[in-house]
Amino acid sequence: MSATPPLLEIAGLTKSYPGVQALSDVSLTLARGEVLALLGENGAGKSTLIKTLGGVHQSDRGSFRVDGDRVTIANPRDARRLGISVIYQEFTLIPTLKVRENVFLGHDRQWLKPISQKTERRQAIALLNRIGSQLDPDRLCSELSVAEQQVVEIAKALALNTKIMVMDEPSAALSPREAEGLFGIVEELRSQGIGIIYITHRLNEVEQLADRIMILRDGEHITTQPAGDLSRDKIIENMVGRSLAEEFPPRCSVIGEPRLQVDGLTRGTAVENVSFAVHRGEVLGIAGLVGAGRTEVARMLFAADLPDQGTITLDGVVLNLKSPRQAIAAGICLLTEDRKSQGLILSQSTLHNFGLPNMADFSSKGMLVHRRERKGFQHYCETLNIRISDLQQRAETLSGGNQQKVVLAKWLQSTAEVIIFDEPTRGIDVGARYEIYQLLNELSEQGKAIIMISSDLPEVLAMSDRIVVMREGQVTGILDNKSSQQKVTPEDIMRYATSDQSLEEPLVTPKSFQ
Amino acid sequence: MIDETDGLTEKTPAETGLTAEAPAETGLTAEVPAETGLTAEVPAETGLTAEAPIKKWSLKKQIVDHGMLLVLLLLCAAISALTVTDIHPEDPAAGRQLAKLALQEYGTQPNVLIVVRDTEADRAFAQAINDELIAGGGNVVGIASGTPRSAILQLTQTLAAGENVDVIATHHFASQWEVLSASRRAQVSDKPIKVISPPSYRWPSFLTKNNLLSILNQNAPIAIMAIGMTLVIITAGIDLSVGSLMALAAVVTAVSLRDYLGGVDANGGSVALAFGIGMLVCAVVGAVAGLLITVFKIPPFVATLGLMMVARGACYILAGGADAVKIDVPAISTLYDASVLGVSSQIILMVILFITAHVVMTHTPFGRYVYAVGGNVSAARLSGVPVMAVLITVYIVCGLCAGVAGVLDASHFLTGRPKAGEFYELQVIAAVVVGGTSLMGGEGKILGTLIGALILGVIQNGLNMAGVDSYRQMVIYGALILVAVVVDQLKKKVINPGVVSD
Repeated sequence: MSATPPLLEIAGLTKSYPGVQALSDVSLTLARGEVLALLGENGAGKSTLIKTLGGVHQSDRGSFRVDGDRVTIANPRDARRLGISVIYQEFTLIPTLKVRENVFLGHDRQWLKPISQKTERRQAIALLNRIGSQLDPDRLCSELSVAEQQVVEIAKALALNTKIMVMDEPSAALSPREAEGLFGIVEELRSQGIGIIYITHRLNEVEQLADRIMILRDGEHITTQPAGDLSRDKIIENMVGRSLAEEFPPRCSVIGEPRLQVDGLTRGTAVENVSFAVHRGEVLGIAGLVGAGRTEVARMLFAADLPDQGTITLDGVVLNLKSPRQAIAAGICLLTEDRKSQGLILSQSTLHNFGLPNMADFSSKGMLVHRRERKGFQHYCETLNIRISDLQQRAETLSGGNQQKVVLAKWLQSTAEVIIFDEPTRGIDVGARYEIYQLLNELSEQGKAIIMISSDLPEVLAMSDRIVVMREGQVTGILDNKSSQQKVTPEDIMRYATSDQSLEEPLVTPKSFQ
Repeated sequence: MIDETDGLTEKTPAETGLTAEAPAETGLTAEVPAETGLTAEVPAETGLTAEAPIKKWSLKKQIVDHGMLLVLLLLCAAISALTVTDIHPEDPAAGRQLAKLALQEYGTQPNVLIVVRDTEADRAFAQAINDELIAGGGNVVGIASGTPRSAILQLTQTLAAGENVDVIATHHFASQWEVLSASRRAQVSDKPIKVISPPSYRWPSFLTKNNLLSILNQNAPIAIMAIGMTLVIITAGIDLSVGSLMALAAVVTAVSLRDYLGGVDANGGSVALAFGIGMLVCAVVGAVAGLLITVFKIPPFVATLGLMMVARGACYILAGGADAVKIDVPAISTLYDASVLGVSSQIILMVILFITAHVVMTHTPFGRYVYAVGGNVSAARLSGVPVMAVLITVYIVCGLCAGVAGVLDASHFLTGRPKAGEFYELQVIAAVVVGGTSLMGGEGKILGTLIGALILGVIQNGLNMAGVDSYRQMVIYGALILVAVVVDQLKKKVINPGVVSD
């Protein structure tokens, strides 16, 4: 027993919702200057744990000690007072306020006491410097990139004299380079003696950052061990409750004639002169940093935005699409990056979400045939292994993996021929990811053309037949990933994604450009 | 279309080359075939998902789903309990009953004088007694219909003429007249004369056919407008112009009849055409609202606020500044006055519109689209919903509903009143909200709106019966709307205890 008590000690935490045991008897300790990686599949109880710690939820049983003192956390204010800050995936910044105003927003200041702009600016710069950021405190938060917003969130936490910082998948929305910046900040916080609970799905981050690893499964504490003692395989095994020898299923592709051809696609400065082709049975990866214009290309292919210039050809026919409705009719579909705000109507049932683009299939003479719709959905529940308790279950109650499969089901029903996945596995746990990859393979084997936009480099490398790399709205390289003798490396992709050297020495052969 | 995608299941493991190999290559253990469950190979696991969608009946869910209906019934019960009074029947049926009673009690051939007031209903009552008595062999010596004075006059005259009067048959009201009291009767006749009236009984005055029908009748215009408003609010919009549009429809109908369709000589066809023009104008204003909202991206609140004022002003201009545009065409009242089995046409119209709207919202793709647009407009667009067309249609429907209410108003008052429907928009919105439709959009039921409108109508009726003055009524009315919405919020917490909204 050391003389000083641990920074944070949680004992016997138990929490249940109607029908779900979210946490049962979970305990943990966190020392000063320690990074504790909290791992587990979606639904394992990580969110409940941090929401209890942050005061959003109250536990049924269990105790908290901060610096050895028994404390109660009844609301988010209590948590803040105790020096506990939680950085949620959904940021809490007010877009219309400046950086410095956001940083000091949560402060208990007297309502009518004048605020000195100068002092506030000075203090904000000091806080930002503490984590090595040069961000201008007078910029509006609405102008910031995701990574910059995250920096502001962290500064906001530090402004409250945070001792314990919980980060919920902080790297999920960041490009690899931005993620490196985040890791630097985490190191900095650690060296300042702040205890960090770090939640992630990315195992390489765990290896890079974590001092200890704690794994939850189905609300139960599985193990907590020093990071060096757990191999990657062991971590996965503990998370999913079985061993998963491979993260990715094997892929054997048979590639046919070109199906979707894109020529000179341009929209403002976001996308400039983008050309590529996707073939029958092919998975075409699109890699690049966040903001490189990948999502914008996808939206234009789906006619969610209209291009200023350029043509899109499907199976030799030039398409002139004006709306997503027409794109769907032509056989193109898009699984959006942001399922929650664009892919699904969260407040409505999974069944209705599934039926929405397929009304023609499920109605006759202008009236819905509910039975046909139900049968159609049940069919996909079985084939895609969608786990729901009830067809009327609201979409927001599903796990990320199941939500993604519901979106996929609605497009499969609409007989999509070109399927565009934008970040298909973001926020999806390891087990469900594997299923999504298998689906990708199956769909390509059926002769569909698949475009997969991803910021997850291992995923792009493992699943793509060819990889389009974009930077600042332009295609900087199209890399062949099929031939086994010269596999594309992450470094190759990063080179094209970050520098303009490729423009001088194009790696693209005319043949693969067609 | 399904054939294409059915390929997923029909594919054999050998064809996909995937499921068959997966366990060996990925080291997946045999217990968890569901993880690879893409093919028909794993019926045992997929069987679970297939049987899961069976819904379980639960009391909690029933209360949550039908809470407002429960509130309506409780309200009716409470008001009924508070309004129990002595009911004195005065209808022809009671008259026949009374005649039978007289025949039973006072020999086979009683001499009966019938005393009633000089009103149409009373004459029908007297006629019923008369017919029934004569059919049963009784002798009606006279029918006195008029004031107490004329009643006593006729009684003395009859007696003076030598006729016998054994029984005076009347209703409760006249039986209380001083001239029919025992002492006055003794003055005019030596022989005893009985006064009989139909037996009274205790019953809630709220729960009478007339009162219930009048609640429906008074609230039908608001309920009809609330149909369109429900659609608009489900798309997360609002329409403040409905009250003004109601007046516009009435005034346009009146003006076009007066100035263009033959004035006093207009026939039924012209009247129908004028109604059509009135409603069409409302539909056009609705379309303008829809275009402002979709094409020019003006928030619905602002767009319809503007149109509300434009339409109200237009009403006064069309009316030439007058309070009412008189319509001297008899045919115009046909719409409002028509009835089936004592139920007025506007109630029937309201019921038909509610059923139609309910079917459209639950059984057609359009209904689905309306919910989808309100639930998440960008997800709806990316799912191929023609968002713009749906929104414009919804505002047109809302305008049309206001047009129907306006036409009914013109038919009712035989005038186009530029002041009609003032502040109705707020009552209409209240009915929709009390009916459980969320102002956030994406949720709500047409039949909920009907219940909401009825709840408000019943409350108003109850307060009137309790003699609460109109200022207090307003306070209570407003407070009850707030209670309804708070209850709705609490109910959401019951369904989704995990979702924290703070």
